[in-house]
Amino acid sequence: MSLDSKIPPGPLADKWTNHKFKSKLVNPSNKRKQKVIVVGSGLAGASASATLAELGYQVHCFTFHDSPRRAHSIAAQGGINAAKNYQNDGDSVYRLFYDTVKGGDFRSREANVYRLAEVSSNIIDQCVAQGVPFAREYGGHLANRSFGGAQVSRTFYARGQTGQQLLLGAYSALSRQISLGAVTMHTRVELLDIVVDDGHAKGIITRNLETGEIACHAGSAVVLATGGYSNVFYLSTNAKNCNVTATYRAYKRGACFANPCYTQIHPTCIPPTGDAQAKLTLMSESLRNDGRIWVPKKAGDKRPANSIPEDERDYYLERKYPSFGNLAPRDIASRSAKEVCDAGHGVGATGVGVYLDFSHAIKRLGEDTIRARYGNLFHMYQKITGDNPYEVPMKIYPAPHYTMGGLWVDYNLMSSIPGLFVIGEANFSDHGANRLGASALMQGLADGYFVLPYTIGNYLATEKVEIADTDGEAFKQTKEEAVSVINKLLSVKGTKSSSHFHRELGKIMWEYCGMSRDDAGLKKALEQIPQLREEFWNDVSVLGDNDSYNQALERAQRVADFLEFGELMCLDALTRTESCGGHFRAESQTDEGEAQRKDDEFSYVSAWKFQGVEKTPELIREELNFENVELAVRSYK
Amino acid sequence: MFCLCTGDRKVFIYLQTGGTSNEWEHMSSPQSFFSSTIGKKVVMAVTGFLLIGFVVAHLVGNLQVFLGAEVFNAYAAFLKSIPGPLWIARIGLIVIFVLHLYNAFSLRKIISAARPVDYNKQATVQASAASRYMLHTGVVILLFVIVHLAHFTLGYLQPEHFSKTDALGQHDVYYMLVQGFLNPVYAGFYIFCIVMLGIHLSHGISSMFQTLGFCRPNVKNKLELAAKAIAAGITLGYISIPLAVIANVVTLS
Amino acid sequence: MDFTLHIWRQDNNKSSGSFKTYRALDITPEMSFFEMIETVNEKLECNGAGDGRIALEYDCLEGICGTCSLVINGVAHGPNRGVTTCQLHMRSFNDGDHITIEPFRAKAFPVTKDLVVDRSAFDRIIQAGGYVSVNTGGAPDANALPIMRDVADRAMDAAECIGCGACVAACKNGSAMLFTSAKVSHLGALPQGAPERSKRVLKMVDQMDAEGFGSCTNQYECEAVCPKGISTKFIAQMNRDYMRASLSRED
Repeated sequence: MSLDSKIPPGPLADKWTNHKFKSKLVNPSNKRKQKVIVVGSGLAGASASATLAELGYQVHCFTFHDSPRRAHSIAAQGGINAAKNYQNDGDSVYRLFYDTVKGGDFRSREANVYRLAEVSSNIIDQCVAQGVPFAREYGGHLANRSFGGAQVSRTFYARGQTGQQLLLGAYSALSRQISLGAVTMHTRVELLDIVVDDGHAKGIITRNLETGEIACHAGSAVVLATGGYSNVFYLSTNAKNCNVTATYRAYKRGACFANPCYTQIHPTCIPPTGDAQAKLTLMSESLRNDGRIWVPKKAGDKRPANSIPEDERDYYLERKYPSFGNLAPRDIASRSAKEVCDAGHGVGATGVGVYLDFSHAIKRLGEDTIRARYGNLFHMYQKITGDNPYEVPMKIYPAPHYTMGGLWVDYNLMSSIPGLFVIGEANFSDHGANRLGASALMQGLADGYFVLPYTIGNYLATEKVEIADTDGEAFKQTKEEAVSVINKLLSVKGTKSSSHFHRELGKIMWEYCGMSRDDAGLKKALEQIPQLREEFWNDVSVLGDNDSYNQALERAQRVADFLEFGELMCLDALTRTESCGGHFRAESQTDEGEAQRKDDEFSYVSAWKFQGVEKTPELIREELNFENVELAVRSYK
Repeated sequence: MFCLCTGDRKVFIYLQTGGTSNEWEHMSSPQSFFSSTIGKKVVMAVTGFLLIGFVVAHLVGNLQVFLGAEVFNAYAAFLKSIPGPLWIARIGLIVIFVLHLYNAFSLRKIISAARPVDYNKQATVQASAASRYMLHTGVVILLFVIVHLAHFTLGYLQPEHFSKTDALGQHDVYYMLVQGFLNPVYAGFYIFCIVMLGIHLSHGISSMFQTLGFCRPNVKNKLELAAKAIAAGITLGYISIPLAVIANVVTLS
Repeated sequence: MDFTLHIWRQDNNKSSGSFKTYRALDITPEMSFFEMIETVNEKLECNGAGDGRIALEYDCLEGICGTCSLVINGVAHGPNRGVTTCQLHMRSFNDGDHITIEPFRAKAFPVTKDLVVDRSAFDRIIQAGGYVSVNTGGAPDANALPIMRDVADRAMDAAECIGCGACVAACKNGSAMLFTSAKVSHLGALPQGAPERSKRVLKMVDQMDAEGFGSCTNQYECEAVCPKGISTKFIAQMNRDYMRASLSRED
């Protein structure tokens, strides 16, 4: 099998315009006969649902939350990029495109990324028209800041709540369509499976979380906007309920999963305090602008930070990367932190954590300046940890944050199952092996507002899709299979909670498939995960029944999928013996310990096709061709 | 399409972008202002404001008791000499009072229905006692008004002091008042009720500003202070009369 | 640290509930409130004879998604100000404390199970008019219409609302005025929201009343527990908007 990315011909800058023109349109009178199912109501899902409904389609939108406003897009703090060049600092669509491709370590598709940069401006216009209160200058125009090491100021923001404000914008557009009857909203309904008939996605099977009702929904097309899978690590900055179930079950139905090993680990998070830790909290990366990162030189030194003299401190980033120092890129900063902790220099009661020290900055700039710059972050840190960062150094540690991998999609955002579209973090398309700061919000909204609504029309017009009968064989069978998974979980009646297995899986993934991966470790993980999975199916305890609000059952289903998905991730990491972006293979580094890409061997997308739970999936390669940018190697020495 | 809109003291041009026509038309027409919770609150605020006006005017009248029996009785006689305006004011007051009461109970019904199962553990973070017991103080005030009318307007209580006339042949209101407050039960009841009125007003006046939409924080803080001062002034003003009677400052001689 | 928890258990919105007592043992002060309850849940989940997990909702665990609720010792989101329950840590309690945990209580927030309530009434209030009627595409350039910075800031102050419902839970009257006024004031402050300002406030207040929320008696308990510190000045603003809109209605 091979995968056709359907990248339109022509010069890079004209591809999207030409493609839109060549796409077939659905006759307005036929649009209302077409029913589109959108799973997920975050930035991508809500924006797509609203826009499709505005176009005249019947839309059914599903979320497992109690309200579409709760999706984890809401937690993005930093901002959203757009190539507006309002600051006249030399930004352009091409520069945003180039920065994104380079930031993705040359593992993304040029055409997709260019389109993303192209529509980025429209997103800001759209959001402002919806009433998103972006920060403004005194003249009344929009304010920008530079973010994530970008050399231009192209990031738009709304205090520290950009994600929430953008989501509320999309949610308001969605609410408007709900009130007009154009969108039917299904809250507290979780996807169990995708129904594929005759090679096309025909609908979904869902479970109502309150009543346990298993229902069939048929549609002309299915859109997954179900987010990323960072929670495979158990501890991540993702919300507690984020999961891989929708994308993984689509994978089991034949959609290819692309680059699952590309995960982004954020260096500045609050470290875990013990086994009961439920998740990790992200602190803005901007803290590294003025904070100095260090650990005690002596391993196991448990003295309080302020009583360790200057000459017994190891400012390891400044030592190893003299020119970038504490501002070394995310992956390098993260990896170095883990290295020093693994070597026994970690700080805090648990020994996982490094100091981020502001005492020098406070001495140099004064406490007031630091307060003005980071006051809210210091406040948040103090609320969570009880420590005062003005007096004692902060403790930080890396945590999984975003997953670049996801379901494989072509230029039209359609997966390898015709009729199944995937948008937002759930797909793999735009970030390559690493994501730039403030680009996640941009991609989610680009897909939902400006890309999918065009490309889905072409599919519906070309395929002349008929909505299937939910009493048909395909629906019946898929539903039975979904029910049997539930019954199986309920019948184990073991002794351990699903969270226990999730934590154990997280430890394996973090240890062997985290910031630094190597052959031996990944092989070990590939041995341990199936064992853990077997133990899960023999010893998990899921009390209650299917006919009521049963959170134990919800969680157990998600953990069951993570237990299979973890294996796929490790397999992908094992086969990619280069280091690129968020994926660092210990075997592939320069003499200085820098990640080493192998463009000759690995300039491709790894798309995995499911063959059976205990079987090795098939690897399908989509070659990446770079016609417009030159593959460069970064150096942070 | 360009349209010129005015809003909030600023004029600006709004560039309208798309939007389905007749967007809002599919919805039913709005409920009437007076049946909405905000409308009812506004009625409470406006009637409350008018009642405060009465309370202040009445206080000004009453304080004339300190000027002696002649002045005070003449004032009462003057009011009686203009039956037209007096009755208009009385009927107006009754209507306002009834509206205030009706809306209070109507809102109370909505409020009770809004939380059918109450918290097992009750806690209050910042709500003042006055704000939490508005209904209770209000009911006390209602009882007081009835008793007060029965006492001084209709003469059902202490009828022996009610029918007296002074040297000028006017109704001796001064005598009735002093006799009334010399009775410790009536005086105590009066003082208690006026304190309740003060508590009611201390929240009621500031609440009125909020309900009527005075929202600028710096103005609001000043209004809050003003509200407390007005409530305190009214309370002290009224209480001063029975206290003066008890302390023999206002006497029959 | 050890705690005694008195937790409301209720099967669904049709059944009646009651308090049950649980012990949370060996809790560390660093633990968050939910991590503490999860230690109890972990035991309940593995004990076939017990009551099963205590149903409760939380998601982002950083105080922004508005999923978590809980009334802790009578106060929505617990004893600390300006935080959600998920940002509450056990160091805010003393060893041996008895902690009463109840769901948000309001007619408009029926209990789904145990500590989980249905807040879809808020969604319906937004659906009634909490939006700007603008379709995707064709929006003018974002800088075409300058907005005074203090106007944008005021809109942002109101827009910070996370829709958690603590205002309703804390209000002695079960009123949703703070939530509704935050959205009305956010959009009403901006020129983009101005054309629909009157219709929006009428429709949203109507929906708020229809959902069975109580009325505001200006006690400001909502403001005290609001994790985002939304000011009650927005309620005054909405009162004014509503009066003006009612007076200028043409139908």
